[in-house]
Amino acid sequence: MQLRPVGPHALLAEVGDARSALALALWARMAGLGAVEVVPAAETVLFDGVDDPDRLRESLAGWSGEAPGVSRDPVQVPVTYDGDDLAFVAELWGTDVAGVVARHTATGFVSSFCGFAPGFAYLAGLDEAWAVPRLDTPRPRVPAGAVALAGPWCGVYPTASPGGWRVIGRTDLTLWDASRPDPALLAPGTPVRFVPA
Amino acid sequence: MSLHVLRPGPLTTVQDRGRPGLAHLGVPRAGPLDRPAADLANRLLGNDPAAAVLEVTLGGLELTSDRAVWVAVTGAAAPLSIDDTVRRHAHAEWLPAGGTLRVGTPTSGVRSYLAVAGGLDVAPVLGSRSTDTLAWVGPPRVVAGAELAVGGSAGRPTPHDTPRPPVPGPLRVHPGPRADWFAAGALDTLCATTYAVGAASNRIGLRLEGPPLERLRAGELASEGMVLGAVQVPPDGRPVVLLADHPPTGGYPVLAVVEAADLWQCGQLRPGEAVRFTRA
Repeated sequence: MQLRPVGPHALLAEVGDARSALALALWARMAGLGAVEVVPAAETVLFDGVDDPDRLRESLAGWSGEAPGVSRDPVQVPVTYDGDDLAFVAELWGTDVAGVVARHTATGFVSSFCGFAPGFAYLAGLDEAWAVPRLDTPRPRVPAGAVALAGPWCGVYPTASPGGWRVIGRTDLTLWDASRPDPALLAPGTPVRFVPA
Repeated sequence: MSLHVLRPGPLTTVQDRGRPGLAHLGVPRAGPLDRPAADLANRLLGNDPAAAVLEVTLGGLELTSDRAVWVAVTGAAAPLSIDDTVRRHAHAEWLPAGGTLRVGTPTSGVRSYLAVAGGLDVAPVLGSRSTDTLAWVGPPRVVAGAELAVGGSAGRPTPHDTPRPPVPGPLRVHPGPRADWFAAGALDTLCATTYAVGAASNRIGLRLEGPPLERLRAGELASEGMVLGAVQVPPDGRPVVLLADHPPTGGYPVLAVVEAADLWQCGQLRPGEAVRFTRA
């Protein structure tokens, strides 16, 4: 793990991949390491609002590289597979629509990190071999609930927004609700299973 | 009691201390861009320092109150009047019941802060009354016809304010995490260059125009967490200082981080004005 200072009150931990970043972030959150923000991302974890960066460095040296052992049932996301890019993804994967649905529903996803919009989770689980290129030109509006792929990631749009991910379906679940105690349905660390609606 | 907004001006939002701690869910922190000014407005009225105020961008605000109340306007020095009588900037003033308060266009600076005794009591969202203009988490932006509830007054107005107001100067910067993405001495180049504030600057970022900083690597980083005050450098080499409503993650390398105590200036610089950096 490489630690890079980000000004006087933040450290950026480089851990190489999203899986390690999530593991470190979950561990750090449980251990209560004295940071206002613990932000996992694709290859890093940002610790921001840190009063004592030296002490945080010492604490981080004690990380074993593992995520805390918390098991929970996956959030089931019912999907109607009728997205505009379903045929594109089927062709890319050398299969048909049923084949896309089969692979997507058979994959055990986990929310690695949120970004782009409140509650927009980057779901890891697809093998890199099935990575999907983004649209060359983002759509001006992707509806809330759109289930989409980009690179090895799957995501569900929490709110309508412009977007360049390949849309394969839609769900009626509310991904983001600021009035809920846990506003993001798919907060980092949440296991996710997609099921046909 | 409540305030009734007649005209909001170009952009008026409710701001308190924001909602830190939710970046991992993709939620910006929000909060006033000129925090010392917002704090001063609350102090002048004896409010809780975390009380919600209005952030008024380039003036143009007009409102009435259904009950008499103490108010204070700080930040960008905008002409203030109550029932067409000129009132003092950065001073507790009395807004009578049914009186009309106007915040005109500031002669310098960008953002003025209107505090009201008791603080604004609009419904909090995720623990804060701040409006974030990136994802629009929080209360909606203030529009004509809006009714803004006011909380019960706790303290008493104070005629004097003891802490000295902050003094403008070059923005002090600390090294950022991605110096290796830039040519050697890039931080020195940043500090030796006079930039001009770009017209697209807003609550998300202060965009700077000037000679581009030379990047050694093209493209984007894998997206990573961003801090308030990060000096991000997109491929065009023109730095952007991330402000309160910045996206919690970003893919452009961060060369430097502006000292927190200097960030208020970023909220008061007008397009075209000069910006300089210096090492902290």
